Formats: sequence, C-alpha cells, structure tokens
Amino acid sequence: MNGMRILSPTAILGYGFPRDSFDRGMAAGPDAIAVDAGSTDPGPAYLGSGTCFVARAAVRRDLEILISSSLEAGIPLLIGTAGGSGAKPHVDWCVSLIDEVLKANGRRARVARIYSDVPKETVRRALRDDRIRPLPFGPPLTDESLGRTSSIVAQIGVDPILQALEEPVDIVVAGRAYDPTIFAALPIRSGFGPGLATHMGKVLECAAIAATPGSGRDCVIGTIGREGFVLDTLSPLRNFTEESVAAHTLYEKAHPFRLPGPGGCLDVSGCRFRQVSDTAVEVTGSRFETSAPYTLKLEGAALVGHRTIAVAGVRDRIMIESLDEVFDGVRHSVQDSFGSQGYQLNFRTYGKDGVMGPLEPEGTICGHEVGIIFDVVAPTQDEADTICGLARSTALHYGYSGRIATAGNLAFPFSPSDISAGPVYEFSVYHLMEVDKPESMFPVERLTMGEDGT
Amino acid sequence: MKTIRIADLARIIRSKNAGPYELTLDVFFKDEETYRKVRERRLIDRALIRRLYRVDDDQISEIVYYDPARAVKVTLARPVPSGSVNDTDVYGAQQHMPLVDAEVPWEKI
Repeated sequence: MNGMRILSPTAILGYGFPRDSFDRGMAAGPDAIAVDAGSTDPGPAYLGSGTCFVARAAVRRDLEILISSSLEAGIPLLIGTAGGSGAKPHVDWCVSLIDEVLKANGRRARVARIYSDVPKETVRRALRDDRIRPLPFGPPLTDESLGRTSSIVAQIGVDPILQALEEPVDIVVAGRAYDPTIFAALPIRSGFGPGLATHMGKVLECAAIAATPGSGRDCVIGTIGREGFVLDTLSPLRNFTEESVAAHTLYEKAHPFRLPGPGGCLDVSGCRFRQVSDTAVEVTGSRFETSAPYTLKLEGAALVGHRTIAVAGVRDRIMIESLDEVFDGVRHSVQDSFGSQGYQLNFRTYGKDGVMGPLEPEGTICGHEVGIIFDVVAPTQDEADTICGLARSTALHYGYSGRIATAGNLAFPFSPSDISAGPVYEFSVYHLMEVDKPESMFPVERLTMGEDGT
Repeated sequence: MKTIRIADLARIIRSKNAGPYELTLDVFFKDEETYRKVRERRLIDRALIRRLYRVDDDQISEIVYYDPARAVKVTLARPVPSGSVNDTDVYGAQQHMPLVDAEVPWEKI
C-alpha cells in the first residue's frame, strides 16, 4: 500500500523492543517514529508525585536507539505523554534524558517541547462558568478537591502537534496527550482523513499489544492511505489478525464504537477489518466527528496520606475460618490506642476477595492458605508505620476462639515485616472542560539541544 | 433448559479500566453464528450482569453489541476509583471471571 508510514517501536517508552523488529521497521522507510510514553493506567501516584513509572535507565536505552535512528533517517521522532504522566516535571525529566543522550552521542537536534499543564486558576474559572463536566460515575468537581490538587494536565489534541510540525523539527516532546494524537498528527497534516489517522493511532499507541500473540515490547508499523490503513507486525513471532485489531479497537474504552477524544469523537461503527496478508490487516470506514464546544479531558491528583503495609500468609485452617473475628478484634485494639478517625486500616485477604473486593461473587474461602496485606493509610508516614505495626503484632498473637496453634498466627515472608510505601494519591480532577481556543492553550517551544546546543 | 458456559462461546473475555471510574468487560465470540445467536437472544444483558457482579442497575452504564468485532461490551461503575485507597485492581484487568464462568441458556443447534 502506498501512503504514509508510522513506526511504533513499543507500547510505552522504556518498555523496550527487539532490535531486529526495529531494524525491519526502519528498513520499511517510515515517515515518522511515534511512541507513547505514558498512561493513567498505573494510577494517580505518578501524576501526583511527579515521578515516572518506568525506570530512567530503561527509558534512556530506548531513547538511544530511537534518537540516533530518527536523526540518521531524517524523520521526526514524536513522544507523547512524556515521563509517564505528562505534567511539567515529567516532560522536563524526559527532555533532560534526550539532552543527555544527544550529548553522549555528540549529536544535536531541533526539539519542540509542548507542556500540557493547565493552571488551577483556569480550571477554577471554568468551574465558576459552569464549563466543567464530570465523567460517567465520576464525582462533580468542587473547589475543595481542586484546592488540594497538586498539578493538572489536559489530554491535548492534535493541534499543538500540528503546530510543532509546521517548522523543521527532529524531536517533538509532548506532555499529556490523547494517546492516538502523536501518531495521527503527521498523517492529518498530510491530508489523510482524521478518522483513519486517529483510529490507526489508537492501535499503534499500544504497538504489538494489538497483535497476536500480544506483546508490550515489540514494534509494529502502520501505513495510511486515502481509503484505509494497514497495520503490520515486524517480528516473525506475531501477526495482526482481523480479530486482534477489532479487539484492540474496543480496548479500555467505555463504548465499542464511539470513542470520544479532544475536540470530537472517533466513530468506528462502520469499520471493516480485512486480512490482507498473513501478518497484516486493513481497516476502512473509521470516521471522526468534531464536536462543539471543544472539550479537553483534565487529569489531576492530590495527596491523601502515607501508606505502610505488612504482608503475611496463613496456613492454619482454624485461623482462616476465624479471620473475621481476628480482624474485628485487631481493629478494636487499634481503636483503643489511636481512636477510629484520621486513618484507614484495611485487611486485604488474597484467597477470599483480595482481587475483586465487593464485586467478588464467591462467598467462601476454598483454598488451603490465604495471603493477607495489612494496609494502613494515615496522614504521616510515622503514623502509618505505628498503626500498621500495632495491627500486625496484635494479629500475630490474637487468641481467637478454637485456636490450637498458640505460638503465632502469621507467616511473614520478609524481615522487616512492615514496608513504608510512601505518599498515596487519588485522582482529584478527572473531568471534561469546555474551551474556546484550544489551539492557543499549549504553545510550542523550540529548543536546540545536545552538542553545541543551548 | 440446557445451558452453556460463556467461556465455551467466546475466544476472548477480558476486563479493563475505561478511565478511573469505569470498568469495561469485552466478550469476543468464536464465530459469526454464535455471535448472532447471543445478540439476537440478548443472552448477555443487564439482568445477567446485575446477578454476576451483584450490582444495582444504575451501576451498569451500557451493554452494546458491536458487529464488526463480533463482540459485546459491558461497562459498569468501579466500586471505587482506580488507585484510590480501597482499590483492589488498579488496572481493572482481573474482573472478568464471573463472566467467564457464567451459564446462559443454550439448546442444541
């Protein structure tokens, strides 16, 4: 198929990729390399704390290969949701790694940097003007939750990326971006349909996760034309199939054929998926409907406390049958010492309902052992450590009814048994905001980086 | 009445977050004939999901059949938002087994 080719090396920057697959991808002559560097899947902690869920050395390894290959081929490298969550500290972290890689290799590059942070005052004004809407099952935004939010980002649409591509650029680094955006931008700029480009981006952003067998660390390539796009794998180990591509179209979306994003909605109700070779699938019929007013999805996280956990196993059947009694007794002991307010004490029981919680339909424990996590969240780390320690020691020696093993109730796999898990965050902002001028909210900054750069 | 496990009708059954407030369940049926039969009889419906996941009807967002993928998608509210203090499955990726094991009416063809 003639058209524009976008190479997607890996599902998340830093997850890695086989060098062979990547070399085959580069040999196919891509027009750009695009890579998603983040996700909200790992939860609110990373946005809240300004840290990345992928290790620095792992991101650097991927960047070494991607930067040198894209510069040598003279094609742009586009990075979306830099640093994992795409707020300013995450973008700066990613940009500093890019600079480090360029300098280490004696190269320089033209970099376009796009922050996607939204000032709290902008959101507060929108809230007053009734331009903030909750998502299904999400709470309405309040001044209180906005007040304790540490940073807010918007999932940016294609416009800032298009602006970045208006001048010659080697590397585009975007903050929080709607996942398909960085894959769709160059095709849209070249006049390919936004529906096809966005749908292709929706699949490419997860790289080989959408192939079969799936993998989060392998490369794939998409080729877009006027009537459709073709997805192909780059490893002999895996293929795209009609089913795998169709399945991925539905992945992690609330509705199977209406996929809302910034400024509009991808409609895949009229799509056809057609196997065109053993490894490749063609998709046609994807449409993009713009919506008015333009809406952006905001994400923000707030600190809720500090966590300490202790992990223990129980093999004693009588103890397993008495767990509710033990946990009630432990809770009362903790309340005797520290009251019942200002902290949360959770007994997570694996083997019972540790995975599904209130959705678990199995009423009884049928295994021969269970795993317990004593989980405490309190305002300070010291308070969480103290309460977790008390709950753990009380449970260890708790004299429940019918007990025959009087030397100890818990098997600890570790010493020390208790782990200070650090700050805990929650999504305090996850709402839609109506905006009038999305194209001017996220300016593009141009930098020359690396050797002899500034 | 004869019944069959949904696992015996499908090739893929999975769960995942759709944002921090929703959980989405996908079932991809093994062939066109099976899909059409399930869709025509609405064998996966709100009543089934209420029973399997012990949730009220207002916690179920939508159940939508999607012909191009021979699939049905069920979206419901998460018990608590992803990553909040009491969450048990931050990615929502291990909530599918009640659907896998569910029995639905199915007479011999």
